[in-house]
Amino acid sequence: MNQVIEASHLSKKYRSKFALSDCNISIPKGHVVGLVGPNGAGKTTLIQIAVGLISTYDGEIQVLGGSPGKDSEHISKVGFVAQDSPLYNQYTVGDHLNFGKWLNPNWDQESALARIERLDLNMKQKVGSLSGGERAQLALTIAVSKRPELLILDEPVASLDPLARRTFLQFLMEDVASNGISVLMSSHLVSDLERVCDYLIVLVSSRVQLAAPVDELLLNHKRLICKRRSASELPNNVEVIEQSHTDTQSSFIAKVNGQIWNREIEEENIGLEDLVLAYMSTDKANLSSSKVRNLQRKK
Amino acid sequence: MIEFHLDTGTGVSPYMQIIKQVKRALRLGILNNGDQLPTVKEVVSKLVINPNTVLKAYRQLEAMGLAQAKPGIGTFITTSAPEVSPSSFLPLKIELQKWIDKAIKNGADLEIIEAIFQECLRQSDVEETA
Repeated sequence: MNQVIEASHLSKKYRSKFALSDCNISIPKGHVVGLVGPNGAGKTTLIQIAVGLISTYDGEIQVLGGSPGKDSEHISKVGFVAQDSPLYNQYTVGDHLNFGKWLNPNWDQESALARIERLDLNMKQKVGSLSGGERAQLALTIAVSKRPELLILDEPVASLDPLARRTFLQFLMEDVASNGISVLMSSHLVSDLERVCDYLIVLVSSRVQLAAPVDELLLNHKRLICKRRSASELPNNVEVIEQSHTDTQSSFIAKVNGQIWNREIEEENIGLEDLVLAYMSTDKANLSSSKVRNLQRKK
Repeated sequence: MIEFHLDTGTGVSPYMQIIKQVKRALRLGILNNGDQLPTVKEVVSKLVINPNTVLKAYRQLEAMGLAQAKPGIGTFITTSAPEVSPSSFLPLKIELQKWIDKAIKNGADLEIIEAIFQECLRQSDVEETA
């Protein structure tokens, strides 16, 4: 089993509204996967299905080769930190480690303690008095110390200041380096994701708009600038994702398959953030990349 | 020991940035034959990046013949700075100077000269990193 998450035609409907519709995802092992999308796009729904918190849905999903949350053995292989790192405020840091130890068969107390020491946390301190960064780090420590194969994090760094965010991600990346765990994390902070993720899923209005390795995305996507022309007048190895025109100039954010041999079109590299935003807004303009592709083929 | 840094938002993938920095360090003589590159874990921890990115960069450096991995120890540089003295490029430089003067006489400005240069590089298939 080489896929950590494999979903086909996965859908979830709340009353008449789709939270997820027809999602097809296949994530290979050993990746750090970023899940991005506007609020309400279905990120949390996807995550909750993957960890077994939502058990009624249409379509299929396999996590580490089994149904999410099917038995305790399966649950022990998936670490999960929900939004805002839920912990028990009236209990101490030490209590939380003990809970972890009692509940998880593969619990690694030694590394948990080493980590608490490195974070300079006091075992006797009540969790309610920890800072946001410390809470997030404690939640991550617990999730990692159960030695999961897959770690799923829902907006882990959203409420942290830049320094705490960097430290959190540093610990996370060290875990990936030393234990080889796969990670799925949702976030709004694309600049963070560009550093730590090597695979990206963009979810827009309940649909998967994009799912690909980050290196490939950065390599294939360009900003094209030229004298005013319509998308259909571009070479046919170009898939337009976003376009804007003035009376004299056109600029496109596009997927370029191969080289553009045209000196009238200037190519520029584009950062992951602009690229992700372009994919997010394609839906608003009701101009999905596949539609653009079809239009071009017809021409 | 070389220290890497990372610019996000440039559209250059992180692994490519690492490769470029190693090549630059070789050119500048910061790295020499036999020098060890930082371990994957060190780079991950310092830059806060994905370990796969570092591994990919190191593997590419190996494929280019610039580095070699010794299992369990680390990755080491296997080449030295290219042994070319600046003077060996002198005739080329003189020729290029003549060409630039001619271009300016024909009304080309810096941007046009750069564009022509880049296009010719592309035609000759000179790849920056491979």
